[in-house]
Amino acid sequence: MKSFTVAAALSILAAGPAHAQSAAPSTLEAVTKKGYVQCGVNVGLAGFSQPDSQGVWKGIDVDVCRAIAAAVFGDASKVRYTPLTAQQRFTALQSGEVDVLSRNTTWTITRDTSLGLNFVGVNYYDGQGFMVPKKRKVKSAKQLNGATICVQPGTTTELNLADYFRANNMKFKPVVIEKLEEVLNAYFSGRCDVYTTDISGLVAVRVSRAPKPDDHVILPEVISKEPLGPAVRHGDDRWFDVVKWSLFAMIEAEELGLNSKNIDQQAGSQNPSIQRFAGATGDIGKMLGLDNRWAVNIVKQVGNYGESFDANLKPLGFDRGLNKLWTQGGLMYAPPIR
Amino acid sequence: MKWARENLFSSWPSALATIAILWLAWKLVPPFVDWAFVEAIWRAPDARACREAQGAGACWAFIGEKHRFILFGTYPFEQHWRPAAATAVLILLWFFSSLKRFWQYWLSAVWVAGLALIGVLMWGGVLGLAYVENERWGGLILTLLLASFGVALAFPLSILLALGRQSQMPVLRAACIGYIELIRGVPLISVLFMASVMLPLFLPAGVSIDKLLRAQIALILFAAAYLAEVVRGGLQAIPRHQYEAAEALGLSYWKRTLHVILPQALRFSIPPLVNTFIGFFKDTSLVLIIGLFDLLSTIKVSLQDPAWSGFGVEAYLFACLVYFAFCFAMSAYSRQLEASPVRGGLPRPLRQS
Repeated sequence: MKSFTVAAALSILAAGPAHAQSAAPSTLEAVTKKGYVQCGVNVGLAGFSQPDSQGVWKGIDVDVCRAIAAAVFGDASKVRYTPLTAQQRFTALQSGEVDVLSRNTTWTITRDTSLGLNFVGVNYYDGQGFMVPKKRKVKSAKQLNGATICVQPGTTTELNLADYFRANNMKFKPVVIEKLEEVLNAYFSGRCDVYTTDISGLVAVRVSRAPKPDDHVILPEVISKEPLGPAVRHGDDRWFDVVKWSLFAMIEAEELGLNSKNIDQQAGSQNPSIQRFAGATGDIGKMLGLDNRWAVNIVKQVGNYGESFDANLKPLGFDRGLNKLWTQGGLMYAPPIR
Repeated sequence: MKWARENLFSSWPSALATIAILWLAWKLVPPFVDWAFVEAIWRAPDARACREAQGAGACWAFIGEKHRFILFGTYPFEQHWRPAAATAVLILLWFFSSLKRFWQYWLSAVWVAGLALIGVLMWGGVLGLAYVENERWGGLILTLLLASFGVALAFPLSILLALGRQSQMPVLRAACIGYIELIRGVPLISVLFMASVMLPLFLPAGVSIDKLLRAQIALILFAAAYLAEVVRGGLQAIPRHQYEAAEALGLSYWKRTLHVILPQALRFSIPPLVNTFIGFFKDTSLVLIIGLFDLLSTIKVSLQDPAWSGFGVEAYLFACLVYFAFCFAMSAYSRQLEASPVRGGLPRPLRQS
């Protein structure tokens, strides 16, 4: 029954975008009129979006929502969060229940086309990796020939694993366990030599579940691409631009050395890039249909990308890795703001 | 001593059972008391102390840290007195409604006033209370509201459905049977999915029904189908001659139903009705899968916090306590209601409504 429901929902989704396009008013106008951004987030994923003990939403996905609100209203708090499960997320965006989906969603061509989503960029590059106990003295995934590997079924994780080992001409023994709790028990009790899932998941497990986090290492190999990013509906280019450049502004701010502490002094800087960014010269905000101080508001109230990463993911033991700026060997790259 | 011999050791099997149970209790209770009370960590600024204890004692500090989120969800922190007050009002309303001496017409007015008060407390926007959109409602009050409105609206609907199913009019009867069987034939999860995932796609652009309202409607429709079958059971338990006698008196259909049949049928149905209510109360926790923060969802989300993860046992025990308190109150009340010496069996407002 459930699969029927989902299948039916998907087939309707395919028909959805055209209908949303013709009738819906401009999202930016609608957002401005109602006075807040309706943001679809994860129900609870540490570091990405998660209510803290006081019920305040925190995380890098949440920061994207706040950045959009800061750009549109000059006030990062004008966000309302809709917690969404994996099954609900696309419909919620498609039906207009949320204005933007910022919920650790992997950017794939299917979602970008037939599901009617427009991904605005990537706010976290994830990928599948391996965790092994340190005492095994494994330094690289290439040394895992013959290993027993704990994996959860039914996702691309299992397929990626098989592909990787076949491509490298190695053998492995999979221990396939459905439930997260049980798969972790199997790994920590030594039933498997290796545990594999997305690196963000490995990091979270290591810090929160391992009896001694330092006893486990995450191998450097990343065997799949999981670029996570915010998405909007097809058919509203202006809103697409606003969301896209709100994310880029956070990344560009880090590259320009602007952060929430120094943005006020730096806004008067002689550096032409910073002047454009801060709205001192040019009419970049106007082009987006926003105030010219849009980017300053983002940086001041939410911070740059690095600050958001350090506040939300670093305490969980996340390494910047691929998510460093391109100038530092990572993939975070924003097109020029000019 | 005599009592023990007569009751606990009256025969060999009985003695064996007694000894086995005592032995189990001896094995289980002291370690549990040890874990839950003696070795437990009641207060800690962070999870370190709890982790160092390595599970020797319960980490109630987790509940201490997270209880406000568990009980109130993402409701603005400094405004938590509002859902707390609303919860108290709702519980009081149920409490007074359960006492027979308050079964008067004005009780419905009290409910209207109480619900209005809850609405003002939760939404605000008047009397200097800041407006809080219902997406931020969560925790215990959400569970209680979903269950209360679910039961309160599904119950009348279920009576109509049950009567419809027994009706002489074929179309009405077929419609009622179709509805009941359709809803009973699918799991609650899929009804919730339909309400939360499919329904918005059918609505015209720009029209959206609130997520909470959609879930509430799904719960009502679902509960009504089950309750209808319970009520039908009650209707069928009534001897044929009661129908015939009422007819012989020349009473109209509605008079017969309201004054003769339903009062008896509902009294027959009290135990299964309460059973269904209790099941329904716990079913509300399924709204988790559509991203509503009811009591169980807030507990699950609290467990995701890496700073405090790994205290699932404590968290779920807390959930057990809360659910148990409400469910036990319901079943205790139903037993009392069955035992109460009311002739004809029904509270007045229902009989005359």
